[in-house]
Amino acid sequence: MKYVDEYRDPELAKGVVTAIREKSRTPVRFMEVCGTHTVAIFRSGLKELLPETVGLISGPGCPVCVTAPEDIDRAIMLCRQPEVTVATFGDLMRVPGSDSSLHQEKARGADVRMVYASLDALELARKHRDRMIVMLGIGFETTIPTIAAALHQARQEGLENFLVFSAHKLLPPALDALLSAEEVHIDGFLCPGHVTTIIGTNPYQEVVDQYGKPCAISGFEPVDILQSLYMLVSQIEEARCEVEIQYTRAVRPEGNPRAREMMEEVFEHADSLWRGLGPIPQSGLMLRDKYRAHAAESHYDLTVPPAGEMPGCRCGEVLRGVCTPPECDLFRKRCTPTDPYGPCMVSSEGTCGAYFKYHDE
Amino acid sequence: MKTERIQLDHGAGGRASQDLVAKTFMPALANPILTELNDSALLEFQGVRLAMSTDSYVVDPIFFPGGDIGSLAVHGTVNDLAMRGAQPTYFSVGFILEEGLELTDLERLVTSMAAAAREAGVQVVAADTKVVDRGKADRIFINTAGIGIIAPGVDVAGQNARPGDIVLINGPMGDHGVAVLSTREGFSFQTEIKSDSASLNGLVAAMLAASNKIHVLRDPTRGGVATALNEVAKQSGVGIRLEESNLPVRPDVNAACEMLGLDPLYVANEGKALVFVAPEDAELVLNAMRQHPLGEEACVIGEVVSEHPERVVLQTGIGGRRIVDMLSGEQLPRIC
Repeated sequence: MKYVDEYRDPELAKGVVTAIREKSRTPVRFMEVCGTHTVAIFRSGLKELLPETVGLISGPGCPVCVTAPEDIDRAIMLCRQPEVTVATFGDLMRVPGSDSSLHQEKARGADVRMVYASLDALELARKHRDRMIVMLGIGFETTIPTIAAALHQARQEGLENFLVFSAHKLLPPALDALLSAEEVHIDGFLCPGHVTTIIGTNPYQEVVDQYGKPCAISGFEPVDILQSLYMLVSQIEEARCEVEIQYTRAVRPEGNPRAREMMEEVFEHADSLWRGLGPIPQSGLMLRDKYRAHAAESHYDLTVPPAGEMPGCRCGEVLRGVCTPPECDLFRKRCTPTDPYGPCMVSSEGTCGAYFKYHDE
Repeated sequence: MKTERIQLDHGAGGRASQDLVAKTFMPALANPILTELNDSALLEFQGVRLAMSTDSYVVDPIFFPGGDIGSLAVHGTVNDLAMRGAQPTYFSVGFILEEGLELTDLERLVTSMAAAAREAGVQVVAADTKVVDRGKADRIFINTAGIGIIAPGVDVAGQNARPGDIVLINGPMGDHGVAVLSTREGFSFQTEIKSDSASLNGLVAAMLAASNKIHVLRDPTRGGVATALNEVAKQSGVGIRLEESNLPVRPDVNAACEMLGLDPLYVANEGKALVFVAPEDAELVLNAMRQHPLGEEACVIGEVVSEHPERVVLQTGIGGRRIVDMLSGEQLPRIC
């Protein structure tokens, strides 16, 4: 397949691996921020090709994983309303809330639909005017513009039964929180290509300027990732610190201003609670006044008690890069993809799920 | 958190299905034959060895590119028997019809079923029909059961894989799953992908005629090639090593999977067989397969090893290595 096979080419990969091995002297640890990168790294078995000096740790870039348990409880609360159809991206279905999951609610009769695009949820609203269609807004800057576009369209069409429950997360504030906490040593970031197609490279410049950590904006195929790692290793060895774009076939330094305008039109920044990272100021989004009629919380009281600790679950530490899944006592025992205990095991982009599926332990 | 109700992944053929079998069905129904957990049961009857199997079909939609629920209900059960090296003979059919199903649709399905049965050389000798209220079923569900005769000397079963065996497949993976999926609501991509739904007993007969060193046959239906290989690895207590660059996938199936975030290793097939054969006969069997219309694209995908027992390990395209686990959760509901 064009634009894919080239980036999985064994010879090309070997060449980049050799280059990394020759270049790398200083032991370093890079964080791959994005869940898609985590999975690509495991699926390709890329880690074992790297020299001992180059370590990789997974970060907080799996949207489902960082969704606060309270927000899962709110989604469950919504799907229990008799007139509500909840539309969601599939991964969220199994994430355990305090005492249930959307998946279990569906088995009990709740109307929960898996959609592949926010416009599919809009179509549900058009077809079923007697139902309240609530789209669960989970995800980073990559998916937010599409939800914003759906809301814009719903308002224009007067689709009063299309609602969004916004638990969106913004990536740059999370990087800032991670670095300012100084809990884990990171030498550089493998930054998410798709998010960057929207936000551009400016937000990473702050990481470079303020914290002195090199950044490489990476594509998602094995050769992309290897090449990005080579960029990071080179920056370290050459004592440089900058934002470099490896994923030039998709990312422009300025990002996508039109998509950002659409986000700005519909959403405003708000404080947000992250699983693992806790509350981070201005790291989430809420619907602007003009769109408030489409906000789920304008129609339903979504007050939930704070979710209790999940005893033994170390997802929070996994998301911060503090521990790896096999270090968690529940991993592979109480917590498996069939009967997950923590969110990092549930999501197809979750670090624990990737370890379980691909890693020989 | 305890799972107290049936969820869709209990029917997906992966981990949850296995748990359901092990914890709910086995304690009540177990006997030495059922406990073997092969695609069909082996029955000894006055010196004749019979294979018996049953399967229910709930695919949505009932007509899909390359097939329909009628022919699928024949192919699926024929293949379960063929994977035991049996020649299928007699079938029973049970129909569960939803009130309101159009008779012309039923007629089309039955005609298609009859054609599939003729082609596979099986006769439907017992049948049953039930009709349920509108909304209590989805148009039509079909159950078929079949028996087949296992020729003397044939010993094909999931527990027979040995280190050194070569693993073959008769063509590319994932066609059925993607073909069915492409017709579903919400998937607006255009494809020409057709289901591979077919009876494999003819192909199997040709292979068995070419070699008596075929140890295991397995049809990678729900849960795909990955899940089927894991089952064999577990049943035989061996490791399986795959070579990613050898895994056959059509470019359009691959593109659809990329787009939908699916892994072709886990997508259902309805006309594919995984073949475990002793290394000295691998070439022979491969040639026999390639001479059959359903095996023209047959190829080697891996080998059985004594290392990492019960694990399937993939040598990745870029030279890395990772495990291939069985399907967890539900990739695509109601695919067969």
